[in-house]
Amino acid sequence: MKSNTLILQTAAIYITPLQLLFSVFLLLRGHDEPGGGFIAGLMASSAFVLYMFSYGVTATRNLFKIVPVDMLALGLILGMISGLPAMFLGQPFLQAQWWDIPLLGDATLKLSTPLIFDIGVYLAVIGTTLMIVVALMESETDHPSGNGD
Amino acid sequence: MRLELLLPIILPLFAGALSLALWRSLWLQRALAVVMTLAMTLAGAWLLHSVSGEGYLVTDMGGWEAPFGITLVADIMAAIMVLMTGVMGLIVTVYSLGSIPEGHERFGYYPLMHLLLAGVAGAFLTGDIFNLFVWFEVLLLASFALMTLGGERAQMEGAIKYVTLNLFASAIFLSAVGITYGMLGTLNMADIAQKVGQLEPEDTGMITVVAMMYMVAFGIKAAAFPLFFWLPASYHTPPVAVSALFAALLTKVGVYALFRFFTLIFDQDVSYTHGIMLWAGALGMLAGVLGAAAQFEFRRILAFHSVSQIGYMIVALALMSPLAILGGIFYIVHHMIVKSALFLVSGVTYRLMGSHELKDLGGFYKHRPGLAVLFLIQALALAGIPPLFGFFAKFAVIRAGIEAGEFVVAGVGLLVGLLTLYSMIKIWAEVFWKKVPDHVTDTDRLTGVVADSSIWLLYLPLILMAIATVALGLFGQPFYTLVEAGAHQLLNPEGYIEAVLGRGE
Amino acid sequence: MELLMAITIGVLTACGIYLILRARTFPVVLGLTLLSHGVNLFLFSMGRLTLAAPAVLGDSSHHADPLPQALVLTAIVIGFAMTAFVVVLALRAAVELRSDHVDGADPDEDLR
Repeated sequence: MKSNTLILQTAAIYITPLQLLFSVFLLLRGHDEPGGGFIAGLMASSAFVLYMFSYGVTATRNLFKIVPVDMLALGLILGMISGLPAMFLGQPFLQAQWWDIPLLGDATLKLSTPLIFDIGVYLAVIGTTLMIVVALMESETDHPSGNGD
Repeated sequence: MRLELLLPIILPLFAGALSLALWRSLWLQRALAVVMTLAMTLAGAWLLHSVSGEGYLVTDMGGWEAPFGITLVADIMAAIMVLMTGVMGLIVTVYSLGSIPEGHERFGYYPLMHLLLAGVAGAFLTGDIFNLFVWFEVLLLASFALMTLGGERAQMEGAIKYVTLNLFASAIFLSAVGITYGMLGTLNMADIAQKVGQLEPEDTGMITVVAMMYMVAFGIKAAAFPLFFWLPASYHTPPVAVSALFAALLTKVGVYALFRFFTLIFDQDVSYTHGIMLWAGALGMLAGVLGAAAQFEFRRILAFHSVSQIGYMIVALALMSPLAILGGIFYIVHHMIVKSALFLVSGVTYRLMGSHELKDLGGFYKHRPGLAVLFLIQALALAGIPPLFGFFAKFAVIRAGIEAGEFVVAGVGLLVGLLTLYSMIKIWAEVFWKKVPDHVTDTDRLTGVVADSSIWLLYLPLILMAIATVALGLFGQPFYTLVEAGAHQLLNPEGYIEAVLGRGE
Repeated sequence: MELLMAITIGVLTACGIYLILRARTFPVVLGLTLLSHGVNLFLFSMGRLTLAAPAVLGDSSHHADPLPQALVLTAIVIGFAMTAFVVVLALRAAVELRSDHVDGADPDEDLR
């Protein structure tokens, strides 16, 4: 199923990358301000869904280089790995660890395990949403007894 | 930081994620499933060992102290349940290796199973009501997907009812969590228990309302009377290994939550709340067993029996005496083993004759005497024949009923035992005793003409479970002592509250 | 505001339950969604209703309870996953059973 509207197709080319960029922005500002892994993941997957509406499932599959299932798996693994550093330091599982990495000049790069967790959530949400949307779109179009994805 | 408290939850979660990443290779997934469930069993045993020595284990997740953060708590009952979760996971995994079609395996059977086990273990170990809700949803989502795996007509039909009723139960549960927080300003179970005890008299009415909401929500999940309708509508539809896993774990989580809430938190108005449970349990026993008597499909009979067995557990909780709680825990363990073993037997008969209908089965005593013995042990245990494990479970509950002066309920318990025996004899006569029916032509697999190379994978779990049923009956004294201590813990919630809130002072 | 909130939650729940009791899967799915919205709002209002106050940061003398907000967020995420699953399930069931009746087939098809 794909739309043949010229307006949507043209717009999707410009909007999809912008949305993806915005989703990364949301992901990174999520710790102290509104945003975070879940909402960023939804934003990114809605970018892909928009592309899917305009160019169809097959074109979207070609667009992302890895399969949604892998993205989900990677996200889950990242999410759980983020709890481990605390355990090696003898603290409870999932206790947040912060690292300040000094950069050039006065700038410091603040990294933390919640960030890893958020990236995991981000990937997992994209993976899940795309799996579901692809399954829905495919079950609507061709194989009536296909198992989805 | 107690590692053994965390491992039963993290192991299956990690295994689920890894298994998902390994979706291209079925062999790696299978190996991982066996290794993980084995590791989870060992972690459960470690946990039980620590708990039986120390009484309670408590860990705060992420370093946020109770009552503010999420706390993991294990007492003896929780540890027993976690250990049983690991054991059942292992047994069903081995059985799945030989029975789950490859197509199902490709559509995420193993990751979902890991997720289900993680959800169940999480629900047993958490000490926070909202976290309990989250684990419930995790295991529900996994169970929804497992139930529809394969996507046959009957599965879809059963799954819709199962999903709708369980989501409704979740909505009630979440509302109850909301009211609890609104009234008491805390989500930590120990803290709630403490604050409920200090409430003004005019607030106790509201607490009873909340208690009833929890009772309905967990009652739906536990398939208690009169909320059990989703269970017989859906349990006979998925692959047998999934049925067995569900029968062993899903309803038990609901029962466990009832045990936890109605011993720890809601023990003020016992005559009201527990009085309702007493009659719900007794009616559930009757309804389940009568429903089973009217069925002629192997798995439907077993599903209805689950309702009846859940009734015993709820009666045990309602009686609230040390013997009754002990009987209740015995019953949960007994039912986990026996009911999943019976489901697995039905899987073997299906494998050999291609049907679950009693009228299409027959001749197993002649051709497969070993299977007949394995069935008979579990069937007699389910009916409560001494010296098998089920007898002691039933005996404790009924004796507690008589001691409490609830003669009608105790009488119902005895009668239901008899009717259970009737159902089991029905299966025995139809499936094992009867000759192969004339209209069944394809008996090559039954008589062994066509060799079945992987069927030992189906027998192995059954043999282990039969040994467990007999051994726990004959040499159950250490287990009895352990469970007695567990029941003592449940009936004296001060220890739990002290263990969670009184650290570091 | 309390009255408005109470009425909204009540209407959402009532509509949800009405729809769940329908015999077609699509209304049932909608009903579950409405019900979960009602419950989420209810959970949210359990932290007491406060106007124009930050959840955690900033002025500490006047702030909203952050915990119900966190709970609702979690509940919404879970509800999202559940709804997605139920929609897929309902669609697959409708295709598989060739009927969108919750019992798989309409028991009184010819009565209509």
